[in-house]
Amino acid sequence: MTMKSNLSHQKGAGRGDILLGLVGLFLLYLLYDSGFFTAEAWADFNRRFYQNFVKDSRYMMLVDGLKATVFMTSGATVIGVIVGLILSVIRVAYKGGVPIPILNKFAEAYISVLRGTPAMVQLLIWNFTIFASARDLNTQYIAILAFGLNSGAYVAEIFRGGIESIDPGQMEAARSLGLSYGSSMRHVILPQALRNVVPMLFNEFIALLKETSIAGYIGIDDLTRAGQNIQALTLEHSQPLVMVAIIYLIIVLFLTHLVRKLENWLSRGKRG
Amino acid sequence: MNDMIIEVKDLHKTFIRKDTGTELKVLQGISTGIRKGEKIAVIGPSGSGKSTFLRCLNRMEEPTSGVITFNGEDITSPKCDINLVRRKMCMVFQHFHLFPHLTVRKNLTLAPVDLKLMTQDEADARAHELLSRVGLADKIDEWPDRLSGGQKQRVAIARALAMNPDVLLFDEPTSALDPEMIGEVLDVMKELADSGMTMYLVTHEMGFAHQVADRILFIDKGIISEEGTPDEVFDHPKQPRTIEFLSKVLRR
Repeated sequence: MTMKSNLSHQKGAGRGDILLGLVGLFLLYLLYDSGFFTAEAWADFNRRFYQNFVKDSRYMMLVDGLKATVFMTSGATVIGVIVGLILSVIRVAYKGGVPIPILNKFAEAYISVLRGTPAMVQLLIWNFTIFASARDLNTQYIAILAFGLNSGAYVAEIFRGGIESIDPGQMEAARSLGLSYGSSMRHVILPQALRNVVPMLFNEFIALLKETSIAGYIGIDDLTRAGQNIQALTLEHSQPLVMVAIIYLIIVLFLTHLVRKLENWLSRGKRG
Repeated sequence: MNDMIIEVKDLHKTFIRKDTGTELKVLQGISTGIRKGEKIAVIGPSGSGKSTFLRCLNRMEEPTSGVITFNGEDITSPKCDINLVRRKMCMVFQHFHLFPHLTVRKNLTLAPVDLKLMTQDEADARAHELLSRVGLADKIDEWPDRLSGGQKQRVAIARALAMNPDVLLFDEPTSALDPEMIGEVLDVMKELADSGMTMYLVTHEMGFAHQVADRILFIDKGIISEEGTPDEVFDHPKQPRTIEFLSKVLRR
């Protein structure tokens, strides 16, 4: 409850702010890149722009990179939500008196280890240690696993907060009718908790999108790496990466906008 | 003694505060019981343990010691499946605890259908019948948050009735209601009582307890300090604590 109202009280960027931000960013870049708005500088910019993105359809490298980024983010989100849900239910159930001390210890350890070490190190360990001998496995799947399991630890805490925000009376009422703990969780607690945490899950998805930019370290040509690949081809120092940054920003701002819509819709949907 | 539905022997409940380890002895040896069709009102000062007593009956609170039998079965034994007991001993709460994400209909049918006691169609029909009984048939597809407090509590009563319980436990069912809504809930409970339902009622509504109950338990400091018919307890109380308590609550 409180989490949701906190979120919905944030005054966020509207469509106008987004556009303004983009234009400003682009202008700043132009200033930095060309020094002055001379005809030569503009021509030079255009020439390099052509080199970087148009010649030999190099923009396709960015498109393919974006595809990899979106694919990894989506896959990791699915794993993250499933793992997070399981971990949070284990922890809440244990606290609520279900005798599963070993599972609970495991969940606690999982969460503290995966949250306590850098995602990058985890990614490298998955790729170069655990799956070191599985060379015919698509590295993108390894990345999805690494990012997904990492995200699961964070999602677990989101879910736990969501479940614990539900009035204990709901569980009592369900149990008082003879429903088992599991049924009460499934039919009464989780549907309400889920509704409360949807905006935060979406934010986790957005965070993941940015986090996958380290996938290049295990040789995946994601969006970030695609920018670097263009750099290597054209020996151009700034345009490709700034373009990459703008693409991330557009996606993130768009998703943030969606979350806000979703929050409004959810709070309107909340009856009473 | 065969018609006793619930029998309680020497029930103790001690809460232990986790941070300080201090013990709070809420129930200190309660022995009582309820017959089929009997209505018992439990009264007493706040903090006396009357709600805890009720919540021990369906093991919402685990009794520290003592024996509770329900239809002859020891429900404090580890072998007892408490979920089966609760189907037949339903509870109505002070704060209703309707499921806000489900319609009134689903609130009533969730448990019977999930426990495979009824099909959805049967449960729907039963829901309609029970809602008519509490005067809310037109609210069957409404969301709980759209209902007034009194309507919510009537739905909560119907939800408990949907399980066809042998006993209903009422835990201060009117204490969270605005005064003008208390009457409609008491009317429903009166009708239930007249229909022969076995009821435990923790309440501060002395007038209603007097009118409906067969027996009054006065619980003070974790024990039943006085019990008897409404006339005996209300009109001729013997214990000084009972006299003091009644003089305070009846003065209004």
